Amino acid sequence: MKNRWTLYDPRLAWMLIAPVLLLLIFFLVLPIAVMSVYTFFTFVTAGVETSALTTANWHEFLTDSYYHGFLLKTLRVGAVTALLCGVLGYFPAYFIWATSFKHKWLLLLLLIVPFWISFTIRTFSWINILGEQGVINVALIKLGIVSEPLPMLYTEGAVIMGLLHFLLPYMILNVYVSLESIDRTLIAAARSMGCTSAQAFREVTLPLSLPGLAAGLLLCFVLAAGSYVTPQLLGSGRDALFGNLIYDTIMSELNWPMGATLSIVLFVVLGFFAAIYTRYMGMSQIVKGLGG
Amino acid sequence: MPDRSQASLSPRPVSAGAPGTAPNMDAEQPAVEFRDIDIAYGKFVAVRDFSLSIRKGSFVTLLGPSGCGKTTILRSIAGLVDISGGQIMIDGRRVDDVPIYKRNIGLVFQSYALFPHKSVFDNVAFGLKYRNVPKPEIARRVGQALDMVRLPGSEKKLPSQLSGGQQQRIALARAIVFEPQVLLLDEPLSALDANMREEMRVEIKKIQKATGITAIFVTHDQEEALSMSDRIVVMNAGSVEQIGTPEEVYERPATAFVADFLGKANMLAGTVSRSDGQIAVTLAAGQTVHVTSPRPLAPGSKVTVVVRSQKLSVGPAAGGNRLSGRVVSTSYLGGSAIYEIDFGGKTSIRANAPINGRIVREGEIIEVGFDPSGCVLLDENGQRIS
Repeated sequence: MKNRWTLYDPRLAWMLIAPVLLLLIFFLVLPIAVMSVYTFFTFVTAGVETSALTTANWHEFLTDSYYHGFLLKTLRVGAVTALLCGVLGYFPAYFIWATSFKHKWLLLLLLIVPFWISFTIRTFSWINILGEQGVINVALIKLGIVSEPLPMLYTEGAVIMGLLHFLLPYMILNVYVSLESIDRTLIAAARSMGCTSAQAFREVTLPLSLPGLAAGLLLCFVLAAGSYVTPQLLGSGRDALFGNLIYDTIMSELNWPMGATLSIVLFVVLGFFAAIYTRYMGMSQIVKGLGG
Repeated sequence: MPDRSQASLSPRPVSAGAPGTAPNMDAEQPAVEFRDIDIAYGKFVAVRDFSLSIRKGSFVTLLGPSGCGKTTILRSIAGLVDISGGQIMIDGRRVDDVPIYKRNIGLVFQSYALFPHKSVFDNVAFGLKYRNVPKPEIARRVGQALDMVRLPGSEKKLPSQLSGGQQQRIALARAIVFEPQVLLLDEPLSALDANMREEMRVEIKKIQKATGITAIFVTHDQEEALSMSDRIVVMNAGSVEQIGTPEEVYERPATAFVADFLGKANMLAGTVSRSDGQIAVTLAAGQTVHVTSPRPLAPGSKVTVVVRSQKLSVGPAAGGNRLSGRVVSTSYLGGSAIYEIDFGGKTSIRANAPINGRIVREGEIIEVGFDPSGCVLLDENGQRIS
């Protein structure tokens, strides 16, 4: 029996990854390929395009500063959100790691609880908090602190706030997982050699948790810069991001070739940042954080 | 051989060779002294009434099974564990309320605990940096320490580029480079493979002697304890069973626990049947053996005769007390063999005897013998009769 299957048969391995592979090919690689081809199609009028190949879409993107402005703004909002997540997320992660509280799992559960409610609904809730008739404005007016509602909703601040709300758990989990992987005897060793606890944090804990922080930053940046629902709901038309631009181009203008071009641009730009991260930190840290 | 009486239970160690004279205050100041230490975690008492005085420059081992409190005591010196009662003194200064980073202590961990993100140089220099030693001086001393652990030129490497044995040597260099008052070694050899362990054992001992540093070593491995220590503190369940030189604890175990834990001695339970000069003990299986006792014992009192397996001779040449039994198992060790011998199905003993002629096989009846003075007597509470 020459062809008997063994447990570690390479053919078995291929069969086991085949479903995922097919899924990725048909629902990820192929659509992206189709979109890439679309970027070279000719736009005739709303909803109509021909397959005559042209570089007009790329020419338009590369020369029109309207698009550049949107792209830069999106990257800026993504970066600001990621940095705020990093600063605000490190402390809770550190606290959960350092606490001697017996039921740590409960604290971690609290991080996951928000995921039980639809992300869209969570985003909508900010309208009731920040809106003109929202909790904050109503309270301020009743207290006589302001005479008319403060414009809080539909600003960049509101968008960033919504993104923070959405992304903080990812950051906290990433940092927590990398903290958890630190051998605590390293801290004892540093202390025994003359470090105060603050110095031991600077010498040992912080540098060894940086990979998790970096993974969290990348994840938050990519998710924020690629976000579409949050700016749509909390920024409205006034404070849109690149994702909303793509939506508008395709759904309102029905300009598929230009929409495809913008999609590929966002894909390449965010992919570039992910590639840089992978080059220096490795992808395993993100996988750890998501699984953590 | 160094002076053997380097650690003792008495608060003021008596200077060797001059009993009764006033101790020389300066030379006799113990390096580390524990006075009635209690350590509890909540309701669990890990260490009870622990007192020990360790002389400068000596190598003392805390030996015991896991959970006996030996590591807890080590950590309490470093300040990693808070004591709930008693006092710890280092060079005569009370340290139990001194924060960990102000105690001048070198620590070597079982897991090496090298900083993975720092080079060998930065690892070894760490303690010096926090003692504000000037940079050129740091470089010189790090170089010296690396020479001492025989890893010169490894400054730029990362710990992950070194083998386990090399990492542990770097950890040792890191712990001694700032000349701490005490060097604490927490099972530093356990993570190494057997060959490496033996090499490191010799190396640690050499470095300790060369630097003259006071070392406290924690292990559950009796071989490590016997081969490296000036003094061994045998511990069980949070308290001290015996303190003595390696020869003392091995040859004259103070309790049944020590006899069993160090080398699995044969314990023959019996009753004193006659007491005139030599004591006659009737064993559970019916045989009678004669042993020397430091004091007469009342006939009828229950005792345990402790005989090391190496003290038993096998075969026709066996002298002294003679017992004959059936060999249950034979383990051939090359130069010698370990026989497990059964006497009437009630008592079994292990004999470790050199092989002269032929190996005795399972099922054969053989004679074993031991000298009346080659054993220790324990009373019914498991305490040595003295």
